[in-house]
Amino acid sequence: MVDTMPMTGTATDVVLRAKDCDMYYGSLKAVRDVSIDIPKNKITAFIGPSGCGKSTVLRCFNRLNDLIESFRLKGQMTYHGQDLYASDVDPVEVRRRIGILFQKPNPFPKSIYDNIAYGPRISGFKGDMDELVETSLRRAVLWDEVKDKLPESGFSLSGGQQQRLCIARTIAVQPEVLLMDEPCSALDPISTLKIEELMKELVQNYTIIIVTHNMEQATRVADYTGFYNAQVVEGAGGKVGYLAEFGETQKIFNDPTLEETKDYVTGRFG
Amino acid sequence: MTTISGVPGDSSDTFDIQSLKAKRSRSRNLFNIIMTGLSGLSILIALVPLVLVLFYVFINGVNRLDLDLFTQLPPPPGSAGGGIANAIVGTLIVVAIAAAISVPIGVLCAIWLSEFGGGDTSIDEYVRFGVNILAGVPSIIAGVFIYGIMVRPGRPGYSALAGGVALAVLMLPTIVRTADEALKIVPQEIRWAALAVGASNYQTILKVVLPAAIPSILTGVTLAIARAAGETAPLIFTALFSPFRFNGVTNPIATLSVLVYNFATLPFQPQQELAWAASLVLVLMVLLTSIIARVVTRQKTY
Repeated sequence: MVDTMPMTGTATDVVLRAKDCDMYYGSLKAVRDVSIDIPKNKITAFIGPSGCGKSTVLRCFNRLNDLIESFRLKGQMTYHGQDLYASDVDPVEVRRRIGILFQKPNPFPKSIYDNIAYGPRISGFKGDMDELVETSLRRAVLWDEVKDKLPESGFSLSGGQQQRLCIARTIAVQPEVLLMDEPCSALDPISTLKIEELMKELVQNYTIIIVTHNMEQATRVADYTGFYNAQVVEGAGGKVGYLAEFGETQKIFNDPTLEETKDYVTGRFG
Repeated sequence: MTTISGVPGDSSDTFDIQSLKAKRSRSRNLFNIIMTGLSGLSILIALVPLVLVLFYVFINGVNRLDLDLFTQLPPPPGSAGGGIANAIVGTLIVVAIAAAISVPIGVLCAIWLSEFGGGDTSIDEYVRFGVNILAGVPSIIAGVFIYGIMVRPGRPGYSALAGGVALAVLMLPTIVRTADEALKIVPQEIRWAALAVGASNYQTILKVVLPAAIPSILTGVTLAIARAAGETAPLIFTALFSPFRFNGVTNPIATLSVLVYNFATLPFQPQQELAWAASLVLVLMVLLTSIIARVVTRQKTY
């Protein structure tokens, strides 16, 4: 495999790699020319104005976009060098390795315990389930708050707790990568802070990609930042998103190469 | 009295402060009162038939409401005494057969419609349209249809089975529609969440989506059962009637609704009284099912 884009510059392992990816909804091109290397055990943030394709790219990494009938991907996406979109790849396997967390906390309408146990159970987990539930909740820093009410519904928790429950549920299936699609946008500042602290804990064992509209959040948590932008397509009347700039968070926010990045991170548009 | 605001006490000189008190004589207020009165009256009128029916059935049926009614067979025409035990059991059996057929098919059909249908083909739209048409088919047509395919050929002939299938045809659209709606209410994010922890399609549907939708599906099922239990027309020429106790699903069977139809038109007092009692039992059964449906829906997930 030819390493065409050593964008990170550091000697970290690459977990996920997108190469010349175009993404379409029906005949509409939504994102173009995305090439990016996601480094292992780092937090990578995707920032950019609305409709620039951050979430679309994120969901491509665990093939969640497959659920959208009209969606098509052109280009190559690899996970440790394996083509994610090869015809013999099972999307269910992909999603077990690459977990995702959504904008709105979405616990299952089940007990707190079953919320965590569901994933391992369906993937044939044979070990001590109680222990796995406890470990997952501890890692999500939720154990102390819920240990006395595991049989209660997941809906009985507050929004921030629900989101941490979702994180615990995701890490219970022991994925390698965590995708987070604006995980804090529905939460209050204190819950947000807790989730951010949690991310910094988790990154020692996981690779994290986070889509965020909150630039302070990106500077607080992310090691690397990708800035996406959108441009109007001539004649088509739509917009197409692209990855404008990618690099260390420090550099993106303090000394970006492109003028548009600078305008965005200083709050001049978006 | 102290004035809290900075406005001097004699501000009425400078500002024309109008009274905030309601004036009944205003035309918009009058209109309000009249319209409220009209809609209240309509509620009364709409409730009159319900109350009268319940009242009338109760008054006429209650004096035969004894233990014999639930344990004895109907007497020969003209004789007094006896009960409607066979018809009560018969209604339960025929409805059970209908539910056993229509619930699994209806729910699976709804799962297909809401979870797998759609896409480019839009077959699901045609299916929904078809289901709606089936819902509008008069019940006697369903009866004639089953008579044509199950009774006329002679096997199984007039039977509990044929009656159950006829009722299943009537229940099917209600179940498909309510289950389809119930599944559509379950938020998309829950499906994504299940898929994101590595569930396959059917694991997602059977263990996450369906349990969340079950209360609403049960409501639809109970409403369909309540409707089917009262149907007479499709049973007259499928289940027919029987003065005896239940003896197998391939034989004719007595049901409450057909019993009412048969006995109410007989010129004998005891039979007419039994018909009233049977009506009361039927109404109470349907009422009970509807109440159960209400109670079940109260525990909504979404």
